[in-house]
Amino acid sequence: MSIKVKIYVTLKEGVLDPQGRAVVGALGALDFKGVEDLRIGKFMELKVDTESKEAAEQEARRMCEELLANPVIEDFRVEVE
Amino acid sequence: MKFGIVVFPGSNCDHDCYHAAKHVMGQEAEYIWHKTTSLKGFDCIVFPGGFSYGDYLRTGAIAKFSPVLKEIKKFADNGGLVLGICNGFQILCETGLLPGVLMRNSGLKFICKDVGLRVENVNTPFTKLYEEGQLLDIPIAHADGNYFADAETLKSLSGNGQIILRYATKDGDVDASANPNGSVGNIAGITNKEKNVFGLMPHPERAMEASLGGTDGYAFFESIVKVVS
Repeated sequence: MSIKVKIYVTLKEGVLDPQGRAVVGALGALDFKGVEDLRIGKFMELKVDTESKEAAEQEARRMCEELLANPVIEDFRVEVE
Repeated sequence: MKFGIVVFPGSNCDHDCYHAAKHVMGQEAEYIWHKTTSLKGFDCIVFPGGFSYGDYLRTGAIAKFSPVLKEIKKFADNGGLVLGICNGFQILCETGLLPGVLMRNSGLKFICKDVGLRVENVNTPFTKLYEEGQLLDIPIAHADGNYFADAETLKSLSGNGQIILRYATKDGDVDASANPNGSVGNIAGITNKEKNVFGLMPHPERAMEASLGGTDGYAFFESIVKVVS
C-alpha cells in the first residue's frame, strides 16, 4: 500500500541558526515584535510503498539516520498518515 | 608520486588541484571519476572544492554515497593520505572520515577573499614543512564553512593535536575579528586522529604561485610529496 510519510528535520538545541535569527530580525522590521525565537528546518513528504504503517515509519527512520539528517547537528521526527 | 583528484558532478576546483599537483609540483596526477572502484597506484587522494551534487540536502551529503567513497575509506584505513579542500572537507565530514560538520556561514553570505591562518600543528604529513605558529594568507570561497562540533569532540580534537589551522589576525591572534564564518574556535582545518586525513576550508591550491597572488599554500603539497617520496 502507498503510505504518506512526513519527515521534519530540525537543528538540535544549542546549535546556532543564523538564518532563523536573520528572519526574526526581518519580522521585527515588519513590526511583528513578539517573535522571541525562530528556527528553520526542513520538511519532506514521501510516498512509500510498504505493507504497513509501521514498516513505513521504520524505513523512514532509517532514511533519516543514513542520509536525510546529520546527527551531529540535526534531530528528526517522522509522521505516518 | 601520484595524486588522484576525485571528480563528482559539480566539482569545480578539480582542475586547480590537478594543475597544482601536476604542473607546479611536477608530480603525476590523474582525475578519478566518482564511480571508479579501484585506487591502485595512488599515493594521495584529493577531494577538490566545488558543489558536488549541487549541495542538495546538505553539502557533501549525497557525494558520500558515490562508489569511490568505499574505496577511499579503505585507502584511508590503510594509512593512505587524503586531502579534502572546501567541498572536499564537507564531504570528509559527512562520510565520518573527519568529525564535525560545516554549517552555513554565520553571516549567511558566500565569502571569497584571502584570510589569515595560523598553523597549529606541524607534526602531520600535510604541514611538515611549515613552522608551528606560522601565519599564512590563503583564499577561502564558501557559503558553508562554519565548522561545528560538540564540546566533547572539540576537546578530543584539541587534545590529540587534530586542529591544524585556525583563522587568525595578521598578528597571529585567534579572535572573533579574524573569524570569517563563525567556526567554533576559529577552526579552519582538522585531521583525523591518525593524521592521514586532512580537511580544510581555505584553498591552498589557489596559493601556489607568486604570479597568481601568493605561495602560502605550496608547502602543503610540498610536505605531501616529501612524506611520500
